[in-house]
Amino acid sequence: MSVSPAPLPPPELLKESGQREVFCGLTSIVWLHRRMPDAFFLVVGSRTCAHLVQSAAGVMIFAEPRFGTAILGERDLAGLADANEELDRLVKDLLERRPEIRTLFLVGSCPSEVIKLDLAKAAERLSAQLLGRVRVLNYSGSGIETTFTQGEDNALLAMMPLMANSDEEQLLIVGTLADAVEDRFRLIFERMGIPTVRCLPPRRSTELPPVGKGTRVLLAQPFLSATARALQHRGATLLQAPYPFGVEGSRDWMAAAAGAFGVPDARIAEVLDPLVERGRRALEPHRQVLVGKRLFLLPDSQMEIPLARFLARECGMELVEVGTPYLDRLLMAADLALLPAGTQLSEGQDVDRQLERVRAERPDLVLCGLGLANPLEAEGIATKWSIELVFSPIHGCDQAGDLAELFARPLRRRALLQLS
Amino acid sequence: MELTLWTYEGPPHVGAMRIATSMEGVHYVLHAPQGDTYADLLFTMIERRGKRPPVTYTTFQARDLGGDTAELVQRSIREAVARFRPEALLVGESCTAELIQDQPGALAAGMNLGVPMVSLELPAYSKKENWGAAETFYQLVRTLLKDQMPPPGTPKPSPSRWRAEGRRPRVNLLGPSLLGFRCRDDVIEITRLLGEHGIDVAVVAPLGARPADLIRLPSADANVCLYPEVAGPACSWLERSFGLPVVRTVPIGIGATADFLRELHAVLDLELPAELQATDGRPSEAERRSRLPWYSRSVDSTYLTGKRVFIFADATHAIAAARIASRELGFQVVGLGSYSREQAREVRAAAAELGLEALITDDYLAVEKAMGEAAAELVLGTQMERHSAKRLGLPCAVISSPLHVQDVPARYAPQMGWEGANVIFDSWVHPLMMGLEEHLIGMFRHDFEFVDGHRSHLGDGAPSMAPAVDQPPPGDAAAPGLEREATTATAVAIQAPPTVAGEPSWMPDGEAELAKIPFFVRGKVRKNTEAFARERGLASIDAETLYDAKAHFSR
Repeated sequence: MSVSPAPLPPPELLKESGQREVFCGLTSIVWLHRRMPDAFFLVVGSRTCAHLVQSAAGVMIFAEPRFGTAILGERDLAGLADANEELDRLVKDLLERRPEIRTLFLVGSCPSEVIKLDLAKAAERLSAQLLGRVRVLNYSGSGIETTFTQGEDNALLAMMPLMANSDEEQLLIVGTLADAVEDRFRLIFERMGIPTVRCLPPRRSTELPPVGKGTRVLLAQPFLSATARALQHRGATLLQAPYPFGVEGSRDWMAAAAGAFGVPDARIAEVLDPLVERGRRALEPHRQVLVGKRLFLLPDSQMEIPLARFLARECGMELVEVGTPYLDRLLMAADLALLPAGTQLSEGQDVDRQLERVRAERPDLVLCGLGLANPLEAEGIATKWSIELVFSPIHGCDQAGDLAELFARPLRRRALLQLS
Repeated sequence: MELTLWTYEGPPHVGAMRIATSMEGVHYVLHAPQGDTYADLLFTMIERRGKRPPVTYTTFQARDLGGDTAELVQRSIREAVARFRPEALLVGESCTAELIQDQPGALAAGMNLGVPMVSLELPAYSKKENWGAAETFYQLVRTLLKDQMPPPGTPKPSPSRWRAEGRRPRVNLLGPSLLGFRCRDDVIEITRLLGEHGIDVAVVAPLGARPADLIRLPSADANVCLYPEVAGPACSWLERSFGLPVVRTVPIGIGATADFLRELHAVLDLELPAELQATDGRPSEAERRSRLPWYSRSVDSTYLTGKRVFIFADATHAIAAARIASRELGFQVVGLGSYSREQAREVRAAAAELGLEALITDDYLAVEKAMGEAAAELVLGTQMERHSAKRLGLPCAVISSPLHVQDVPARYAPQMGWEGANVIFDSWVHPLMMGLEEHLIGMFRHDFEFVDGHRSHLGDGAPSMAPAVDQPPPGDAAAPGLEREATTATAVAIQAPPTVAGEPSWMPDGEAELAKIPFFVRGKVRKNTEAFARERGLASIDAETLYDAKAHFSR
């Protein structure tokens, strides 16, 4: 059973262009490298790229992180050094130090794109040199081409040529999930009788799932536009479902997969209903904090629309504006259909104008990036940092309470503090 | 191309942001792609700023590159000036914009903005954050003051003109900025210190200054260059162009604070107070004003003697730390280095004075390696060295940027001046064991209870790998710092060891001697002595054995 793409109209769309307060796609490395512990992400870029990734990740906790930056210097730009030779040398040194690495991603950046450094060719050349030891792939995480979470989309797309063709029946969950959440989903799908469940990205970069006519793709993350289309191109069917945030979204999401594998409705209900009931119980105390509160979502992670759907429908929040970096109507169809009629959507950003709207509306809570959170708090507006949502396990019925708690916490905290 | 896993400094435009954000009334239009706005969070999160940095990013995307990015720059400038009404405008570009060569500064110059404008050229592929901060500050000062420049040949103003003008002498404090280490509190401390010596502060910049304040800079009698990383070039230019003398001693530590005051008095032609003159047994000014001198002389600090200290920081804090460590706390500096290439010469000189070769690098893994090889017992470094030290099981105090949110404490915690010396004493000595505690542990350092990985007074930093407990004591070849993991002697309970056949047995005089040892270490002495006896194949332990063992373990 998949949710039929509803006729879309009600949400109002405001398109904006101007200064965008979002990370670039390089930031995705922060969770991708944790998902695939045998992969290394080498950004080919500038000191800014290195500084961005470490600032976003707070990487100082790692002895030697599994990501780094090949910083272009003046010699590289002036053509005094052959960029390809330099890259080969650097990769050789790196792999000598990290022999456990099985997949190396060369990640393009704004500077490497602008100087038209051909990383695809470099990846091909290095792959040939390192044949049988390390696979070298490339993708772009540059800010001129990608925002924040789109980096994962490009990384998955880069892995796709290595995925074998197979018409085997399988459910393919696409998008990084926390390991524990993935295990839960596998267990639930197994209970419902879905024979084969695989994930992209896999936990080991070398254990890529196959793809073909028997593949049914269930997107776990709402930012994988290119990957979804490429999988369709390889014969896979894209299941339509809301994203697995909240009890309702998670139930529909799992049910869509089960339906696609012919699991009878009775069996689906038998497995999922207890989860739904438990999830609602966990949600309730947070719903009480959130109900009737007005929420403004600034564009950041591309998760804004499904989150807004969850917070409005299951937590009773009132949506003031739902911003999204870009609107992919195919991937958002099911969630858009569930948004309250007349919801104000905005695509893109002009941050100063958007902040004027925030100030004018005085919402009870704003979802925003780290650059804006404290300034808004200082103006008396409660905020929830969006970056936490890409690092925390928030998918599934069992996580619905935790997800709501992330939004309720700033409001609870305000109620707790007595500082005057 | 250079492989970087982590970097001490950001790109130079982040240095420019530090200047813009430190000041009031300045706005920075930065031609930069989407994503570069990450830098805002350095200020809003680490410094907990309640305002967005005054930066407008053009955030161009690939689709803009096909069109007219120059128009985008002009629109951004126009809108920023209209919206924020700055008193001075900085216009620059980040690494990517540098490649597409729109020359935003030139575009801005042609726009008739009606506001002083500085076009920043910060080469992103060869320079770094501190250089960018220094260059931005210098260019801003120069732009705002170039019309005031006295013609060549004008006699320099006398630094003692305050006397003729019938006022107190006044100086500018230059260099404090956001994301600088403890700048906020250093400014308060130095302002207070100067006030006590009858010296006023004319302008503090960039921190808290407006463009109009920079225009007042030449009204001071001298400049105090508090942070050469940021204010060095501006101070030199003001000296050349306006004849403003520069006080260059950075007042971190007792000796440096005293030297700073002496230099300041000499430059301003002020009479040196008696307390600052060479002392002949009388308590010095430092002694009166700071607790560090007495705390360092007090007996508990005897145990600081010769502690092996490894220092890595920005140049200002590294050089200051080396002086304090070696002369004021009696440590032995076993490594000194900095990531500040612009000040490498000064760091090398400071290292040479201590018989060391300075480590100038921005590779934190090289720093960690040097730290290990130097067999350090205490690390003074940046947040990165704190992590490296944790991995090596060494205590560490953070003394320099790059900052972590912890380095912007709620309490008053300057590094400079007399109070700064107090703060430094506490924050460097507390990670170490205190004197009596260390004495007891030193006696029994090879006992396994002492190396079981927990520490009485250090909440964090228990090493992940506890040393093996069943190996014989490694003697003097023990890994440096192992004793750091020791808990306090007082935390160890006495254990009555069961008698085991084949074990050395205690003679009555041995037992009697053991009974005289304070109860809280008796168990340790028993075990140590037995281990010593076993090692030597002794069947019995008498009083002499106990003292032999003590001598053995106190090596």
